Amino acid sequence: MSILINRHTKLICQGFTGKHGTFHSEQALAYGTKLMGGVTPGKGGAQHLGLPVFNTVHDAVSHTGATASMIYVPAPFAADAICEAADAGIELIVCITEGIPVNDMVTVRRYLDGRKARLIGPNCPGIITSDECKIGIMPGSIHKAGKIGIVSRSGTLTYEAVYQTTLEGLGQTTCVGIGGDPVKGMNFVDVLDLFWQDSDTQGVMMIGEIGGQDEQEAADYIAHQTKKGNGKPTVAFIAGVTAPPGRRMGHAGAIVSSAGETAHDKIEHFKKLGITVASSPAKLGSTMKARMEGRDAA
Amino acid sequence: MNIHEYQAKQILDGFGVPILMGSVAYTPEEAEHVAAEISQDGPWVVKAQIHAGGRGKAGGVILARSLAEVKAAAEKLINKRLVTHQTSLNGQEVKRVFIEQGCKIARELYVSLVLNRNEGRLCFVVSTEGGTDIEAVAAQTPEKIVKETIDPVLGVKPYQGRKLAFALGLPLAVHASFYQILKSIYEAYCDLDAAMIEINPLVLTDDDLLVALDAKVSFDDNALYRHQEIEVLRDQDEEDPAELEAKKHDLSYVKLDGTIGCMVNGAGLAMATMDIIQVHGASPANFLDVGGGASKEKVQAAFKLILSDPTVEAVLINIFGGIMHCDIIAEGIVDAAKEVSLTVPMVVRLQGTNHEIGKRILAQSGLAVISADDLDDAAAKVVKAAREDAA
Repeated sequence: MSILINRHTKLICQGFTGKHGTFHSEQALAYGTKLMGGVTPGKGGAQHLGLPVFNTVHDAVSHTGATASMIYVPAPFAADAICEAADAGIELIVCITEGIPVNDMVTVRRYLDGRKARLIGPNCPGIITSDECKIGIMPGSIHKAGKIGIVSRSGTLTYEAVYQTTLEGLGQTTCVGIGGDPVKGMNFVDVLDLFWQDSDTQGVMMIGEIGGQDEQEAADYIAHQTKKGNGKPTVAFIAGVTAPPGRRMGHAGAIVSSAGETAHDKIEHFKKLGITVASSPAKLGSTMKARMEGRDAA
Repeated sequence: MNIHEYQAKQILDGFGVPILMGSVAYTPEEAEHVAAEISQDGPWVVKAQIHAGGRGKAGGVILARSLAEVKAAAEKLINKRLVTHQTSLNGQEVKRVFIEQGCKIARELYVSLVLNRNEGRLCFVVSTEGGTDIEAVAAQTPEKIVKETIDPVLGVKPYQGRKLAFALGLPLAVHASFYQILKSIYEAYCDLDAAMIEINPLVLTDDDLLVALDAKVSFDDNALYRHQEIEVLRDQDEEDPAELEAKKHDLSYVKLDGTIGCMVNGAGLAMATMDIIQVHGASPANFLDVGGGASKEKVQAAFKLILSDPTVEAVLINIFGGIMHCDIIAEGIVDAAKEVSLTVPMVVRLQGTNHEIGKRILAQSGLAVISADDLDDAAAKVVKAAREDAA
């Protein structure tokens, strides 16, 4: 099994005929993803990669029955693209775009309140269910169907975790990149909750970084589940113990703006709740393996 | 992006936030001149204009009771370096001062508008403890901090203005003007895509008037593309030249204090690389995210940036190829090394798309590159190389 997406998920691409939309649509198709077509306003009626192009998401949905959309639209227009997808009834919106103004995302979040659409991102690598469906920019080849659910704010650091868990023979169910922005769609707890309901996801890895309090909320959720007798082996890693306060470290959300947001604060919170934290980014896979075998950190 | 106090005040004044009369001056003579225009008798306050806070405690804010004192204060500050608890030990050069009319302060309040990340909404943060370090207040007397979240559909409602005004114990007579100030701050934030607006202190004068005695405004870098009028306020003297150079090449770069230079693709992996260097006993010299689609030019620019730092004793390049192919990166490294001589040891760890091809390109290049396969190996090798090189 998996969460959110599988081999049957019907997908469209917003920004379909652009450079990034085209490249990642080709990659999605090569992976076996059920890409049905895409949207580029003004090019409706054309064919691209052998699939139909539509003028609007509404058209695309009514013609293809797609329930998911991946957005490769430039930052000035991406927030609008998210709203268009939600309005058209898309259930899972994956926004890859980096650089969306924060105030735009504040408005988007308010718009999505009460709507059935789930948003992943923005500024994220996407979501992949190993060997079934790839929605995003991650290299499919390092993934292997298996038992670990991975949720992360990072892109390439997630690939590191995927690569290591594949090497350890654990494989992944679904990997979700929630992205590096401060205001976003699904957060750690939203994804963890789904992992907890998925019987195939036997272990969970979460990769956080400096900024915000999302990791602490996640730790509280995990501890609560364990207390209820519903625990799953979990490994956390928090990037940025060497990051200085007040500086934006690449990701718009990777900034320590107030107390409790440093990597150290987050790591302490996890440790206090008895949740394993990998001591090094080189030990993500080995630590997960240890936890799966009931041992402490490697 | 940050701006100076005098620029922040100009902006907020445009939205209706009450400020005192003030002018910027670049020389002591100019300071005296603008002070005379502001008031005949004073007093005036001469304030060093640097982006960092903590100017008052560091002697960067001087009360002057005569025009001669204004000139003397300006002389003391201009073209000197001011060191505050928010600057490096080297401080920041003061290139201009802001001369403001004095005022009789009855109370000092704190008002700011910031993003509440959890809720994904803007939030007013106010306190009766104005004129102090708000982080200290949050740590020691958190009950003195009151927050009010704004629904983006509604904006600032009158009941919220009342809630905050009563919480601050403001006299009824100023409730209306306080509400207008909140609305002005909110409008400025939304119209200009600010990241933070802080009035510390918002002063209640002896005459029962509210006025912003200090103002700090910073802007969302992601929105600058649609705010040319804000972009022109940038003070390049306040920014690290290396970081400015990085921005030109679309690189994400933050200078740090250590000796191991890093070049990584992806912010999370870049932070993790810095972290693992520390695990192995050394310190990172920088954060550098070369991004998803690095070209030869970008790699070269990244190289030059890292190597222009004299404290760098070794360099670690850690690339996990996804969209970025390892062979492209390897070619970029080889070409860059032709233009920028490699004066320090370099460890390269390639993984992901085309990593075998990338490794071959490096091996055949004749460059003195140390290859590593996993992160641990890479970090250990670069720390060792730095130690041996320094020895």
